[in-house]
Amino acid sequence: MNKDFNNNGGQPRHGGGGGGGQKRDGKPRPEWASGLKQLYDSVVDEPLPDAFKDLLSKLDDAG
Amino acid sequence: MSATERTAAELADFKRELTAVIPHLRAFARGLCGRPDMADDLVQETMLKAWNARERFEPGTSMRAWTFVILRNAYLTDMRRNRFRGEYDETVAERILTTPAGQEEPVHLSDLHRALLDLPAERREALLLVGAGGFSYEEAAEICGCAIGTIKSRVGRARAALSEALEEGKLSPRSSEDGEAHEAILIELDQVAAGMGETQPTR
Repeated sequence: MNKDFNNNGGQPRHGGGGGGGQKRDGKPRPEWASGLKQLYDSVVDEPLPDAFKDLLSKLDDAG
Repeated sequence: MSATERTAAELADFKRELTAVIPHLRAFARGLCGRPDMADDLVQETMLKAWNARERFEPGTSMRAWTFVILRNAYLTDMRRNRFRGEYDETVAERILTTPAGQEEPVHLSDLHRALLDLPAERREALLLVGAGGFSYEEAAEICGCAIGTIKSRVGRARAALSEALEEGKLSPRSSEDGEAHEAILIELDQVAAGMGETQPTR
């Protein structure tokens, strides 16, 4: 349950200016910007805890 | 109760889409409130609300955007009710993100997470939606129930605050049990909740 943010295989996707450069409005991305995606994606990539599967299986009965 | 009863196939589609969006709900919730256990509680609450409001979901529209609205409303409601503060998640890795020029200490992923949680709630959610969730400004504005310009401004301010905190080493101390700051957050939350109006697919 308490999986941490860093379980996506430990691939550091940071790097001096790698991974982005420009964003939509043309301003340069700050160096830390890729970290936001890393934080988000690391949770997306976590295996789903059983509690969610249990909840899904109960939804049909919930009416 | 509802005029448009869903067919069994439509319900199956709904459930499949809801299932598919759970990892994204968890990521958004974790970013909003920090602690993994509270975030997952919030997601479960969101799923139940989404299920109960399923007749109001328009097939073919974005399940992720629709459920994010429910999640953020539930978050704001819980924040006001419980007055809990998004606490820093100590399990975030100490992975190095970058070392800004002229700074000896590198910026770690955990520093970013801490700085994110120090942001006012409305800026944090705007930055999460656009900078992490990959929503367009327009989509983020719809989710938050505000104008596109408002979202752009919030994202800009959030980025500026994070840059200041991270690149200039102005991170607040780790133990942020600061009474004054806490009070400021609660006041600001009330303003967020009142000012933005909770865009309502729920209840």
